[in-house]
Amino acid sequence: MQTHHSYWLAFKSVYTKDVTLAFRQRAEIVNPLLFFLIVITLFPLAIGPEPALLTRIAPGIIWVAALLSTMLGLDKLFRDDYNDGSLEQLIASPYPLSLSVLAKVAAHWTVSGLPMVLLAPLFALLMNLETQSLNATVLTLLIGTPLLSFIGAIGAGLTVALQKGGILMSLLVLPLYIPVLIFATSAIDTSSMSLAYGGQLAILGAMLAVAIVAAPIAISSALRVSVS
Amino acid sequence: MWKWLHPYAKAERAYQLCNTLLPYFAVIAVVGLLVGWVWGLAYAPADYQQKDSYRIIFIHVPSAIWSMGAYSSMAIAAIIALVWQIRNAELAVISIAPVGAAMTAIALITGAAWGKPMWGAWWVWDARLTSELILLFLYFGVLSLYHAFEDKKSGGRAACILAIVGVVNLPIIHFSVEWWNTLHQGSTITKFDTSAIDPSMLWPLLINIVAFAGVLGVVTLIRLKNEILRCEQHRPWVRELVNRG
Amino acid sequence: MLEIDTVTCTKQDRCLFDSLSFTLHSGQIMQVEGPNGAGKTSLLRIIAGFARADEGQIRYNHTDIREDYDSFAAELLFIGHKTGVNQQLNAYENVQYWLQVHGAKASEEEVYELLAKLGLIGLEDVPVRTLSAGQQRRVALVRLWLNKAKLWILDEPFTALDKKGVALLQTQFQSHLDAGGAILLTTHQDLTAHFAQLQTLTLEYRL
Repeated sequence: MQTHHSYWLAFKSVYTKDVTLAFRQRAEIVNPLLFFLIVITLFPLAIGPEPALLTRIAPGIIWVAALLSTMLGLDKLFRDDYNDGSLEQLIASPYPLSLSVLAKVAAHWTVSGLPMVLLAPLFALLMNLETQSLNATVLTLLIGTPLLSFIGAIGAGLTVALQKGGILMSLLVLPLYIPVLIFATSAIDTSSMSLAYGGQLAILGAMLAVAIVAAPIAISSALRVSVS
Repeated sequence: MWKWLHPYAKAERAYQLCNTLLPYFAVIAVVGLLVGWVWGLAYAPADYQQKDSYRIIFIHVPSAIWSMGAYSSMAIAAIIALVWQIRNAELAVISIAPVGAAMTAIALITGAAWGKPMWGAWWVWDARLTSELILLFLYFGVLSLYHAFEDKKSGGRAACILAIVGVVNLPIIHFSVEWWNTLHQGSTITKFDTSAIDPSMLWPLLINIVAFAGVLGVVTLIRLKNEILRCEQHRPWVRELVNRG
Repeated sequence: MLEIDTVTCTKQDRCLFDSLSFTLHSGQIMQVEGPNGAGKTSLLRIIAGFARADEGQIRYNHTDIREDYDSFAAELLFIGHKTGVNQQLNAYENVQYWLQVHGAKASEEEVYELLAKLGLIGLEDVPVRTLSAGQQRRVALVRLWLNKAKLWILDEPFTALDKKGVALLQTQFQSHLDAGGAILLTTHQDLTAHFAQLQTLTLEYRL
């Protein structure tokens, strides 16, 4: 067995396990999405249904809702593995922990971020966004939601050993989400004025690149601390 | 680096170092604050535009500077703690965090108080104030994470990781908030510009900045001493210390 | 093979053990004994590299395990109180998942055969959460037959097992020792009658 081959196999099996489990308990995928939808519905009801106003606040609402619904799934990300001892088994495996962590974050994105990207057109429709903004919404969610998964996983790793880690995790993670929120919403804003928003996307992309490299290291050291 | 650091990995040596440094910081803090505040609040000329209300900068600016300074020192201590596995550096992280949070809170409160006469509102979403607010959240994160752990050793290491993650993010957050602010051109009056300040105001300000560093140092060192003692309470050298004093 | 060099561990201001040193050679089995709270599990977790000792070093083949943890992990099989068996997956999936993340391979027949040998016949396809405690532990213990690890660290492996299961395990221990492996375990069972090579380490409860 070649090493290269088995690295991929290890990544794949961690990824497949998490995705399979999520699909077996579909509520885990569906509930955050419903939450996302309901939060978005609340705003027109609270503020008023004027189309111009909705268009103005839509990017912010969609993104705040995305941040919050990502948080819902994050608490579960390492919790079961921590409770049943799988996390120890992953640490005591010949593969680097960062690899398994990368697979778990990818799985989290597949079941939480990706559905949001796919449903974005629906939300844009609800919030009276025009076509050019719809493209921007989809693109920012596509680049931004993996970032949310990576950053959030650091918080999840740090709090997994704590009894009531969920709220604490939001406290740790939400301030770190601020740059993503700012650049993503501004990209959508800019697009609604028919201006180029490549700059914001590039910044988001750069942040994602840094996160792919650096976050797994931070997450694995957080997990090692939690397990000890 | 290791050679220089190694002796202070021992708790007793670190404790002695705290004792040696403490008087210097105390002198800087006391003398600096006395001179800086008396000069700044009583003798420096009033601003032609803001009258006397500008004098709050003698508290606001130093605390704002050291709120960031404390976070960076905390992150440096955290890196030392994780890379060289030095427990005392972990304790330093825990010792700095509340002091830094207090500095941030002072900067926010004085900023709001200053905002009232200047902008006519207690809170304006000005870029610097917003960054300070987020910084306060980051401090709260480190502190509440540490206190959430029953095992203080794990808590200390978790806090170190978060501090490092925070310091990597801080420039990005700062930049994004600056950028957000220019995008939403709001009610902000031009920022306080240090280079344009008259020397008669600059000197007391600089003295206050140094004095606040002293305060930061003194409180941190006292807290660090306590942490070291709490951690090492069963060691013979601590018992000896207690019996002596 | 495994050297524990002056390891000290304190938990919540209580010293569990102080300057503990011993070596474990290939072909040896060592039982860690002591009352509850003496630090048996803590010691095992330090040796496995999960927890950090306050002082001292763990060396495997003369290198500190922290220097190259992944190569050490390749030679290590750890089964703790929490066995690392997922409750939602079935027994077969659990075994295959474990094999893949540990870089090992086994054919479908091989796995089913082992599950049958461990008395899990007919239970391979139901979620593990519906199995009894002893059966769940057996799912984890399948790993003892499917690993290439030299060093086994087992925390209370006999918990919840019936007599037949215990006997089965002891036979497998013996063949691992005969193949040049080493075992470090905690258990309240008396193993002296079963292993000639048995060493014991007794930890006392300290205040």
